[in-house]
Amino acid sequence: MTTVTILAALLKILVVVGFGFTLAAVLTWAERRQSAMMQDRFGPNRASFKLFGKEIRLAGLVHVAADGLKFFFKEDFVPPNADKLLHALAPMLSLFPPVVLMAVVPFGDTLCLDQLRNGHTWAAVERFGTCTTAPSSTALPAVPLQVFDTNVGILYIFALAGMGIVGATIAGWSSDNKFSVLGGLRAASQLVSYEVAMGLSLVGAFMVYGTVRLDEMARWQGEHVWGIFVQPLGFLLFWAASLAESKRTPFDMPEGESEIVAGHLVEYSGMKFGMFYFGEYIEIVVSSALLVAIFLGGYNLPFLHRDGFTVTFAGAAWHQTLPHLVVILMQALTFFGKVMVLCWFQLFFRWTLPRFRYDQVMKFGWRMLLPATLANVFLTGVVVLAIDRAGERLASRLALVADGLNLLVAALIVFAFIRVVVGMIVPSGPPTRAGVPETPQAA
Amino acid sequence: MPLPLEGPIQYDRVKGTKISKPARNVVQQAYVKDVAEGIAITLRHFFKNTKEMIRNERPDAVTDAIADGVTTLEYPFQKRPYPERFRGVHRLTLREDGSPRCVACFCCSTACPAQCIYIEAGEYPDGDRRRGYEKYPVKFVIDELRCIFCGFCVEACPCDAIRMDTGMHPQPYDSRDQFVFGKSLLMSFAGADGTQQSQNPRVEPGEKGFPGITRLAGHH
Repeated sequence: MTTVTILAALLKILVVVGFGFTLAAVLTWAERRQSAMMQDRFGPNRASFKLFGKEIRLAGLVHVAADGLKFFFKEDFVPPNADKLLHALAPMLSLFPPVVLMAVVPFGDTLCLDQLRNGHTWAAVERFGTCTTAPSSTALPAVPLQVFDTNVGILYIFALAGMGIVGATIAGWSSDNKFSVLGGLRAASQLVSYEVAMGLSLVGAFMVYGTVRLDEMARWQGEHVWGIFVQPLGFLLFWAASLAESKRTPFDMPEGESEIVAGHLVEYSGMKFGMFYFGEYIEIVVSSALLVAIFLGGYNLPFLHRDGFTVTFAGAAWHQTLPHLVVILMQALTFFGKVMVLCWFQLFFRWTLPRFRYDQVMKFGWRMLLPATLANVFLTGVVVLAIDRAGERLASRLALVADGLNLLVAALIVFAFIRVVVGMIVPSGPPTRAGVPETPQAA
Repeated sequence: MPLPLEGPIQYDRVKGTKISKPARNVVQQAYVKDVAEGIAITLRHFFKNTKEMIRNERPDAVTDAIADGVTTLEYPFQKRPYPERFRGVHRLTLREDGSPRCVACFCCSTACPAQCIYIEAGEYPDGDRRRGYEKYPVKFVIDELRCIFCGFCVEACPCDAIRMDTGMHPQPYDSRDQFVFGKSLLMSFAGADGTQQSQNPRVEPGEKGFPGITRLAGHH
């Protein structure tokens, strides 16, 4: 392990953890302002600080800092009969897994450091194959943009996602509170149930991609088509299961405000509660990152490959070479952008759907999700086998379909960008309010 | 149904009507379509409201209070206008010379269901043209915290001396005694139209139209 590798690893950890924590902090703000926008109200916008005598509110973003300060200065109450050690351990156990889960998610293709040396900073690299250099002692290593480059890939995710149960359950058990125990039990049963469905919902994806490594999954999607098109059912099922795993509102049985006060969180205050709260938002970030990496093309933009843009459609090809650094940067931005958009969208579930009853959650997990995932596995197996046997002609047709879908995705991205961003900022003329008197009535 | 007098009592099984569950097809059962529809609604609200907030086009909270969109009133900076006949803090109307119109007749304090008005009556000094004709309030105190803002005092006043047309509500103060408004404070308030006098002219002794009867002239 060379110095460069270690430095690169530290830098990658900084990027990934920094992104995760920052986005989670912003999500605490987004959740409140966004839900306000959905429900026709302002939401928190009053926290402010003074700069040069001017009040600065940043649309309520100051609330994030204010909340953090509040958490630190609140009384850290521990119930007298609580298990002090476990009570303090539970928030850490609940915050730890989602943070380290980000480690295996790739946020860009392999960075070929050696190719960038010797005046080739703005050179492009080959589209296929990883950085091939003559093995020498001076060669810089190829840096995969993934903190933990492991060949167990998704299994690591399952293993650590399973740890999330421990935090909630220990919190419930150690608090010396009946509501907490109920919440902890509910958390355990719910998370164990959905763990099964979550694992099985990805089996179809493994079959199609032929790997459990997340970087190879992303590369497959770049070369063929986004996973959502080859595994639509798997996408929905995994999304539902990961929603249930995040313990948020349609599935907030462990907290169950109306029945068990706050479940496993009842006896937590101050920053210990803050850690649970923060862990919840990091879980959203992680589940979004996983959805992006496995089903939404990872760091890939349509037609963007390692050597630049290559638009192929029905035999015709248009190619634009891009420097390696630019490609990597675009890929990283694409990945983080996709994660942010998906996080934003995931918040809508909480503010749209009514919560399930406890028995409905269990029935949904075991009677609906589990059989559906199994059916998806069998169906995928049959289809994959059939396509493998069908030969060249079908393969070329499918490649055509994949090109069409890539084109569709590109068009949708452009359309959505124009519609949302430009339409929201650029004024469409003076505001008019029909049917409303111009002047307020005399008081 | 009469109970059987002889033999073992017959216990019937509970008879109920079976209510069939509403039939659900696969689409409803899958819950995907309904989730999508619900999210479409929240998305619509989100984009509409965010757009209006960014462009500063949101409906006016005062004039468009029931319009779609964010119509929250930002209270201390933005106030909903009170209706024309809103009963606010009391005021004492003034005569042309700046003295109160009140003649200390106690009608208002008698009519007050909350007993929040305290009046001490006094005679005008010797030589005043109003002496013997009418009295004046030496003290006129209203406890605005006791007041229930029913407006009976205004109804009861025979000389239009007390009014609740200031359009103000009591400001928040630090202590209760600050809510006890004295005569000079009540006289300092103006009506919502800005005037401190009343529309009805009061005929003073010696003026044209004065009835010429004084209290002292009567026999007591």
